[in-house]
Amino acid sequence: MKLQRKNRLRAITAGALAVSGVLVLTACGSDDNSDSGGGGSKAASNIKCDGKGQLLASGSSAQKNAMDLWIKTYGAACKDTKLNYKATGSGAGIQEFLQGKTAFAGSDSALKPEEVKSSEQICKGGKAIDLPMVGGPIAVGFNVPGVDKLTLNADVLGKIFNSEIKKWDDPAIKALNKDANLPSLKIQAFHRSDESGTTDNFTKYLKAAAPKAWPHEPGKAWEGEGGQSADGSSGVSSQVKQVSGAISYFELSYATANSIKTVDLDTGASAPVQATVENASKAISEAKVKGTGSDLALDLAYDTKADGAYPITLVTYEIACDKGNKASTLAATKSFLTYVASEDGQTSLKELGYAPLPTEIANKVRESVKSLS
Amino acid sequence: MKTDIEPTSSAAASPPKVKTRSTGRVGDKIFLGLSRGSGIALLVIMAAIAAFLTYRAAIAISKDEANFLTYFEWNTGSSPMRFGIAVLAYGTVVSSIVAMVIAVPIAVGIALFISHYAPRRLATPVAYVIDLLAAVPSIVYGLWGALFLVPHLTGLYTWFDDYLGWTGIFSYQGGAARSLFTVGILLAIMILPIVTSVSREVFRQVPKMHEEAALALGATRWEVIRMSVLPFGRSGIISASMLGLGRALGETMAVATVLSPNFLIETSLLDPGGGTFAQNIASRFKEAGNDGRDALIASGLVLFVITLLVNGAARMIIARRKEYSGTAA
Repeated sequence: MKLQRKNRLRAITAGALAVSGVLVLTACGSDDNSDSGGGGSKAASNIKCDGKGQLLASGSSAQKNAMDLWIKTYGAACKDTKLNYKATGSGAGIQEFLQGKTAFAGSDSALKPEEVKSSEQICKGGKAIDLPMVGGPIAVGFNVPGVDKLTLNADVLGKIFNSEIKKWDDPAIKALNKDANLPSLKIQAFHRSDESGTTDNFTKYLKAAAPKAWPHEPGKAWEGEGGQSADGSSGVSSQVKQVSGAISYFELSYATANSIKTVDLDTGASAPVQATVENASKAISEAKVKGTGSDLALDLAYDTKADGAYPITLVTYEIACDKGNKASTLAATKSFLTYVASEDGQTSLKELGYAPLPTEIANKVRESVKSLS
Repeated sequence: MKTDIEPTSSAAASPPKVKTRSTGRVGDKIFLGLSRGSGIALLVIMAAIAAFLTYRAAIAISKDEANFLTYFEWNTGSSPMRFGIAVLAYGTVVSSIVAMVIAVPIAVGIALFISHYAPRRLATPVAYVIDLLAAVPSIVYGLWGALFLVPHLTGLYTWFDDYLGWTGIFSYQGGAARSLFTVGILLAIMILPIVTSVSREVFRQVPKMHEEAALALGATRWEVIRMSVLPFGRSGIISASMLGLGRALGETMAVATVLSPNFLIETSLLDPGGGTFAQNIASRFKEAGNDGRDALIASGLVLFVITLLVNGAARMIIARRKEYSGTAA
């Protein structure tokens, strides 16, 4: 009898261990929502492989999907170089780069002056520069029953996200959507609860295009009044999917993946502008380079009125030293970034929901990459 | 009828007095050295953590333009930095209190059921299942909370609003139920295993003599529990609750997934909003610059202090009730 009970106990313990083991294992995941897995490695004939060994990089999670694709393609062509990009977030990426741990960093915003200053310790005889590499539209997704097409402008968006417009049938929204059948439903505006480059760009747009409706300073942390929040682009987009009357902002790929309808922007152009990859590229081509020398930090034209330019666009940078890169990683860094900035590297982004750089800016980036030393 | 069978310190089950001096044998000396070393190591580690937190916090707070304790926003990206922990402290304490209020009675109930009511055949599997809850990673709780619990709570919240809305604490304006109260419910489920298993062990330690004496005097099973098990187990329940509270105070990922944080203190527990220390650190750490990290570390220091205070309070309560505790000499 006693023996039997012991056996049963043992069986239960083993079962319990197995179950908890499975639970622990399955807990590891990521919020990678792209289906790029099957993309395969395309013939990459024009990749020039230089250098060898391990190339470490880290930073922005917004460019993670693009990086994954690039690394896959580049890695298939250049077997001697092992690339490792950790999507730790822009802040952490810049910090690791400034500590000399990585060959380059990915960042959603250009370096601050004090960061450039402290980069002089790492870049012997040079300083860190911003190289725009990936662009992408930030879509404003909404979930309003019975409404398929919605046009808003910066002013109304600012008021919605600042809790000044509270109902979907508000006259200001009606004025922009004469044909739509807007319900008398409470607006549930969601913003990011974590600090994020997406929030930074979205609030920069609101501040530039509608300074009266959006009196707050732009930044990575949300400063608007009221509203609800959720963690990460995946968090806010799933809230929009779940909650009737919800509206939020996230990268276009999340809207496509969850089939969420997106707002067309009335920018003052001849027709409302849709959130698409092409329209984002158009907006990037309106941007001005504000960096000097080989630094290509962009001043995005958030208040552009150009036809077909979607102004809520995020540009993420790769950050490297203009002079004084580590000798051991310089060749591989240059070779990888050359591929990334190349036509092939840029056009392959489209299928992931990112916007390729417009030709003029891409050319400048290629020159800057060539001059790295 | 006041009972006269309260347990006393001379209970038969109390362990023999432990000698504190070494007997001089080699094994004892080694063991004494090892245990003393571990104790000192623990103190050193704690002191190192406190020193690190204090140093980094001091840097951040000296740059803070707002009052660190009472300011209602968290802007570390701006210069000058303005941040305060008022909302975080409120959210952390309130969600933990909600969790304790829900979890402790249920946990004690389950523990009593397992130790005194359930047939052995049922008690063992129930105990195992409860213990298994502790093995579920917190992010899984978070996902379950966000995808299942939140949509299903709106009905309950509407009911609360109808009958208790006048209190102000339980008013509900509709929308997703991503509030401090929801977090409290989730935390309650998460701390249930630890509170239950510690209470269960304590209830098992109740001297059989007490229970049998009570039964002999004609007490019902409930009276036995009320008069001998609960008084004996009280300090154990308190320490179990404090262990649970410690977990609730520091829970991060589940809260970050379920809560809709904002930097406002809402009077209603049911409306989305609030924030906790751990959630705030988790949400902001990735994108924070150097100064932002120091500010988050400063908020971590406050959580550290709150946890120390809670543990200290628990120790005091237990010390006052020493005569009931199983380990009283």
